[in-house]
Amino acid sequence: MSLISTAQVVLDLPPTDRHEATRTMAQTLVADGRCTDLDLFLDDVRKREEQMATGLPGGIGIPHARSAGISTPSLVFGRSASGIDWGAEDGPATLIFLIAAPDGGGQEHLAILAKLARKLMRKDFRQALTDAVTETEVVEIIEREVVNA
Amino acid sequence: MKFVGVTSCPTGIAHTYMAAEALEQAAQDAGHEMLVETQGSAGSDPIPQAVIDAADAVIFAHDLPVKDVQRFAGKPTVDVGVKRAISDGPALIAQAAAAAAHAQANPDATAAAARPAPVTVETQGAGTRLRTWLMTGVSYMIPFVAAGGILIALGFMLAGFITPGGNGAIEVVKYGITNPDAAYSLMDGFNPLNLMHWAALLFVIGAAAFAFLVPILSGFIAYAIADRPGLVPGIVGGAVSSTMGAGFLGGLVTGLLAGFVAKWVTGWKVAKGVRGVMPVVVIPLVSTLITVGLFITVLGRPIKALMDALTSGLNSLGVGGGIILGLILGAMMGFDLGGPVNKVAYTFGTTGLAAAGTALDAPQLKVMAAVMAAGMVAPLGLALATTLRPALFTEPEQENGKAAWLLGASFISEGAIPFAAADPVRIMASSVVGSAVTGALTMAFGSTLRAPHGGIWVLPLIGNFLGFLIALAVGVAIMAGLVVVLKSRDHNAVRAIA
Repeated sequence: MSLISTAQVVLDLPPTDRHEATRTMAQTLVADGRCTDLDLFLDDVRKREEQMATGLPGGIGIPHARSAGISTPSLVFGRSASGIDWGAEDGPATLIFLIAAPDGGGQEHLAILAKLARKLMRKDFRQALTDAVTETEVVEIIEREVVNA
Repeated sequence: MKFVGVTSCPTGIAHTYMAAEALEQAAQDAGHEMLVETQGSAGSDPIPQAVIDAADAVIFAHDLPVKDVQRFAGKPTVDVGVKRAISDGPALIAQAAAAAAHAQANPDATAAAARPAPVTVETQGAGTRLRTWLMTGVSYMIPFVAAGGILIALGFMLAGFITPGGNGAIEVVKYGITNPDAAYSLMDGFNPLNLMHWAALLFVIGAAAFAFLVPILSGFIAYAIADRPGLVPGIVGGAVSSTMGAGFLGGLVTGLLAGFVAKWVTGWKVAKGVRGVMPVVVIPLVSTLITVGLFITVLGRPIKALMDALTSGLNSLGVGGGIILGLILGAMMGFDLGGPVNKVAYTFGTTGLAAAGTALDAPQLKVMAAVMAAGMVAPLGLALATTLRPALFTEPEQENGKAAWLLGASFISEGAIPFAAADPVRIMASSVVGSAVTGALTMAFGSTLRAPHGGIWVLPLIGNFLGFLIALAVGVAIMAGLVVVLKSRDHNAVRAIA
């Protein structure tokens, strides 16, 4: 299964806190079986956030966890017009990347997640995702820049 | 300038790589070259040592201890948490450039002065860390157990095929790579047309591999604690532990001791002139001297005293001790699997063999049967436990469990050492009970044995072999049951906390 499909793109997250936003995004993983235990996964993500908030400068949030509740390495992309506080010093996050990895996942998939993490530091990549109009466009950008790069 | 760096984070899937990208970009933007080693979950490609040596400065942006930090010794270093690199890559590059310039201008100043306080995070408890260290040692030892054990077992099988009736297994152990008796020296007299020599070849290679079990276990426990500097004191300490007959328990002691000593010596603040030779000369020299010196002088005498006391205790019981003797010998065989206690029991059995003469039901032959049956329990019990409940064991342990069937059947107790080294208390407790039951039952059934070694390959030499097999099966079942119960309790407790 690929890293992300159009079902895992949420272009207009409602204004809320980061835990609710994470739940909204994580729910998209349940429908097609990428996530087998939602509460366990949310718990693992929350633990990681409590260790150190994953908000980054430039309006980015990257909630993530390796969790037994996940069956396929997956990415959920969320966008919030008003921004959601993700603990970064310079303000709320408008681009949220929820990264879900299975406990002890295969090297090949972990390598793709590593590539994604590196791409997140690229301005042009972030700008393209900010400008994308449709879910299909988002998936295409990620497939082109990360999966097939 | 040229920089190198290491990044790491607790989960190892996001920050590690973002920090690496941020540093490499910032370096490029400022006109420098930089190569970052990402110590994350997708595996890391170590930076070639030549690149490190050529670098002007090092940036550690990490939330976990840097692996093999020794490689970067003596370089001007900027040491921060992983998030700093993501949020402020250009500032770190500037800081590294300043540290490099400062070091070049003041060749005598210690590079450590350029370091802000390290941001190393220790998140694991003491128990978890101890288990991680032991598992590292065990995972490096397992291939030696499997290769050596299977070669020895194959040697027995082939010898038994050439000389049926069980005498092949007795004959094959007389051979060595060298031997004063040229007829049994493979180096002098290997004859490709003599099948027995091929069996002996398998046996001696297996025995050679087995000589590394304790050194490798000890060396890589120390490696887990102190990185590369732990290897020399750990391996030498393990070899000395073997020579002293201290077995794998001695190896656990030398491994932990070597790790802590090496870590301590590595932390010494030394003059710049000495720093260059620290990793190659000073650390191995000092840490090995301390570790092995302590082990020989402090633990040598207690181990010898223990063995003497056990031997005289057994001698006072005498070979006619019956079921009680079987129980005691069994417990000893199952206790430390090749360590001093096991060795005393085994020697007691084989010494009696020489005294038994040709009588078919001499009490000494019953003792030998009890000793061998009990020594087969631990590897077989663990093989059974890994088959019944694989989830309780790590993946390397499950693999080792498969080899343990053959090793146990061949009376190679070492097949159980990887399990016991990773989890000594639970495994040794189960093994002592199971082996003691088998020892006592073998005595009760009056089975006898005329061979010092060989397991099921000397079955024709076992008197009342049905009783022998029943005693063995009962002990194995009891041990496997105990292992599963003890491990499940632990397993559940861990899950409840997590």
